[in-house]
Amino acid sequence: MRPESHHDAPLAVTVLVSVGRHPLTGRGRRADQDARGVELSHTLTGAAVELLHAGRLDEGSEAALRGYLGMGFESLSLLEQPAGADVLPALAEALEASGPQLVIAGERAEQGEGSGLLPYLLAERLGWPLVSGLAAVEEVKEGVATLLQALPRGQRRRLQVRLPAIVTVDAAAPAPRQSAFGPARRGDVDVQAVPARDDADLAQWQAQSARKRPKRLKIVKAASARDRFKAAAAKAQGGGGQVLTEVTPEEGAEAIFKLLKEEGVLR
Amino acid sequence: MLDTLLPILIAAALALAVIGAGRRVRLWRQGRPARVSLLKGLAAMPRRYLVDLHHVVARDKAMSNTHVATAGGFVAAAVLMILVHGLGLGAEVAEGALGWLLLAASATMFVGSCFVARRRRHPPSRLSRGPWMRLPKSLMAFSLSVFAITLPTVGLLPEDFGSWMLALALLAVLVWGLGEMFFGMTWGGPMKHAFAGALHLAFHRRAERFSTRTGGSGRSTGLKALDLEDPKAPLGVEKPADFTWNQLLGFDACVQCGRCEAACPAFAAGQPLNPKKLIQDMVVGMAGGSDAAYAGSPYPGKPVGEHQGHAQGPIVAREGKALVDAETLWSCTTCRACVEECPMMIEHVDAIVDMRRFLTLEHGNTPNKGPEVLDNLIATDNPGGFDPGARMHWAADLELPLMADLQQVDVLLWMGDGAYDMRNQRTLRALVKVLRAAGVDFAVLGNEERDSGDVARRLGDEATFQSLAQRNIATLAKYRFLQIVTCDPHSFHVLGNEYGELGGHYRVHHHSTFIAELHEEGRLAFRPWKGGRVTYHDPCYLGRYNGEFEAPRNVLRALGIEVAEMERSGFRSRCCGGGGGAPITDIPGKQRIPDMRMGDVRETGAELVAVGCPQCTAMLEGVVDSAAEVRDIAELVADALVEPPAGHAKGPARTARPLAEEVVS
Repeated sequence: MRPESHHDAPLAVTVLVSVGRHPLTGRGRRADQDARGVELSHTLTGAAVELLHAGRLDEGSEAALRGYLGMGFESLSLLEQPAGADVLPALAEALEASGPQLVIAGERAEQGEGSGLLPYLLAERLGWPLVSGLAAVEEVKEGVATLLQALPRGQRRRLQVRLPAIVTVDAAAPAPRQSAFGPARRGDVDVQAVPARDDADLAQWQAQSARKRPKRLKIVKAASARDRFKAAAAKAQGGGGQVLTEVTPEEGAEAIFKLLKEEGVLR
Repeated sequence: MLDTLLPILIAAALALAVIGAGRRVRLWRQGRPARVSLLKGLAAMPRRYLVDLHHVVARDKAMSNTHVATAGGFVAAAVLMILVHGLGLGAEVAEGALGWLLLAASATMFVGSCFVARRRRHPPSRLSRGPWMRLPKSLMAFSLSVFAITLPTVGLLPEDFGSWMLALALLAVLVWGLGEMFFGMTWGGPMKHAFAGALHLAFHRRAERFSTRTGGSGRSTGLKALDLEDPKAPLGVEKPADFTWNQLLGFDACVQCGRCEAACPAFAAGQPLNPKKLIQDMVVGMAGGSDAAYAGSPYPGKPVGEHQGHAQGPIVAREGKALVDAETLWSCTTCRACVEECPMMIEHVDAIVDMRRFLTLEHGNTPNKGPEVLDNLIATDNPGGFDPGARMHWAADLELPLMADLQQVDVLLWMGDGAYDMRNQRTLRALVKVLRAAGVDFAVLGNEERDSGDVARRLGDEATFQSLAQRNIATLAKYRFLQIVTCDPHSFHVLGNEYGELGGHYRVHHHSTFIAELHEEGRLAFRPWKGGRVTYHDPCYLGRYNGEFEAPRNVLRALGIEVAEMERSGFRSRCCGGGGGAPITDIPGKQRIPDMRMGDVRETGAELVAVGCPQCTAMLEGVVDSAAEVRDIAELVADALVEPPAGHAKGPARTARPLAEEVVS
């Protein structure tokens, strides 16, 4: 949990935050996963945490961004980007310039593309490792972080990763603290003008609202509470899976390629 | 010897009292400025003391008579003593009549102090001990010694009566009495209540609370708004010095009689709150020090002596202990029972909400479900986080007229957030049936309605309250209506008493008041009640907050129900535990407040308890194994409806005579 004191400089952490969208009313808010990322940064005692957002400061986004400030921060850096811009280069350049040890991001944005790809593209471009689905950062020692990754059904996996690294959080991370009005109002949004690059791909895509798809109901035929609990807690019985250990990257890639063909993802 | 010593003694006591007063005033002035009219306040003070304060004290007849004798006797004796013994006006003026008057005054005071002493022999647990236990003896010392030294003055005893030994003993007793009465009054003894209390009455922050010669409402319950426009204005109270100076003065006026403690539902439930201790802690904070000297009941489960603070230190620490623990502040249901009982007119609820504001707006530390509810209010305008577009689902089959369609009606029916609650939907449907039976011209805002902001404000989130209130006021400004009727006393209070400061002035009625009016006009007729015994639970926000005790009882009477009153009813009604966001912050205690209230219901033997508030309904219905059914007044009325007798045919859709006059906002 705490960085060792023989590192003189505090652990530099940057949390990427976005403008969320309430699922019912569509109002701007702190994005839930990003707020969990901010909360995770609070567990790193002695870390120097910076909040970073790429986008615009307007009426719709200001309340949401100030929501992050209300979690106990004095300022938030905003890289000014117009709508429809590809924020990847701006973020990557800013991170290269400031050089944090750890970057925390939510798994996916609540609006816009919401593909969840940004952390991966960022990691690829910076050449840093990425760990997804974090539940906790247990220790940072001599440039190596011990992380607790959340797996389905409450399982946890302990990982060690050499910093700098990017980690993403989802609903398994600690719930965000309340955003207080006073610090949110006082906090400083530091707007930085940076070159914007249009997202050429996005401009060519056609967007349409999602169809509501019928959802298969899970019918549990259980006579007792014990049976119902067992049904709820049971692992899904995936039939044809296989675990490959100690294979070469080529063999592994081949196995994945074969599976994707079988499943019809690749044709 | 006495002749030379007495003036010196009296002058010394007075001088010390004046120095002490200066020190005390300096303590109060640590607080923030407040706008009160000093001269007007001082002029109104005697009336506030003799009428309004005495009205509260007189609820306990014996104590009130005791106080009249003791305090009246003391004030007269003190003034006369200064004249007779201090200035030597004894024998010359009016043939010694002053001396005789002084004898009478000190004798009256002595009789009073005997009753004070009797009270202190087996004091109830709500009374503080410590220095208060010596007060009757000090009162006796003062009155007896003044009586004795006056005897020679009027010639009942020879001037040189007794030896110098006797005179010295008498002087010693007099010094004790003078010390307690003059020195102690301003240096922090029990008699401080007289000095601080008189000024507190004069500079009270709610001058509207007091009656005037022309009447006056005597009720002022709306919380005061925070200034959110000015970024420098503090958000609530962090440290004792953040209270306004007249709030600090009010805390200092406390007599530690513990009437608030006896009335507090949270204290009775074993939650860590005691209003009396809270006020004393504020005094400790103002003067600096620890609460170890406090000699009354502690906060349940929290030993005395572990908390301390000073005027510029935090009241609630982010970590560890300071003056007060946060859970003490969050235990309050804002039921105002303490304020109603307080003979010194102290405003406990204002202080608690002030401190909560800081915890929520600056610390971001609302406990338990608080943050979730506040986030819901911000994102969806209702505390449950429901879809704002689903607000009218309960009335899908009722074809309720919408304000947006009609623009102008007699009655705007304010639904409240109970519209999302399946239990309260039954009440709402009953109310609509009653309104239709009486032919009332009404409409609802539909999905345009938002939460009134009651819960947000009492959880300390003034920003969310003001945001909701301003948007509601803007919505209401679009339409024309004569009055608002609601079945939710919390909305009633907020719309009627708290929107005014933000620019929304409305005539608001609780549905029980409105139904009582309709019945009086002959627009409703009921079949006689055939059920069993019924009792009525006064909602705090209807009764104590808005003074409406009679209308619900009138409706029940019209239904043919004879209300079997609970011991604590009317202005002394015990809270259901549902106010002030208490079910959301959910501070644990030894028992639950609604369980205690249903115990009160059981004592009356009632099979049914009539209520008039969605919160009360939810809290009281949540009690397991309760013998009594919980029904809203609207439901009882709707069940009893029959066609009005001939001659009182249903009114036309629009009433000929307006039910109310429009208040221009």
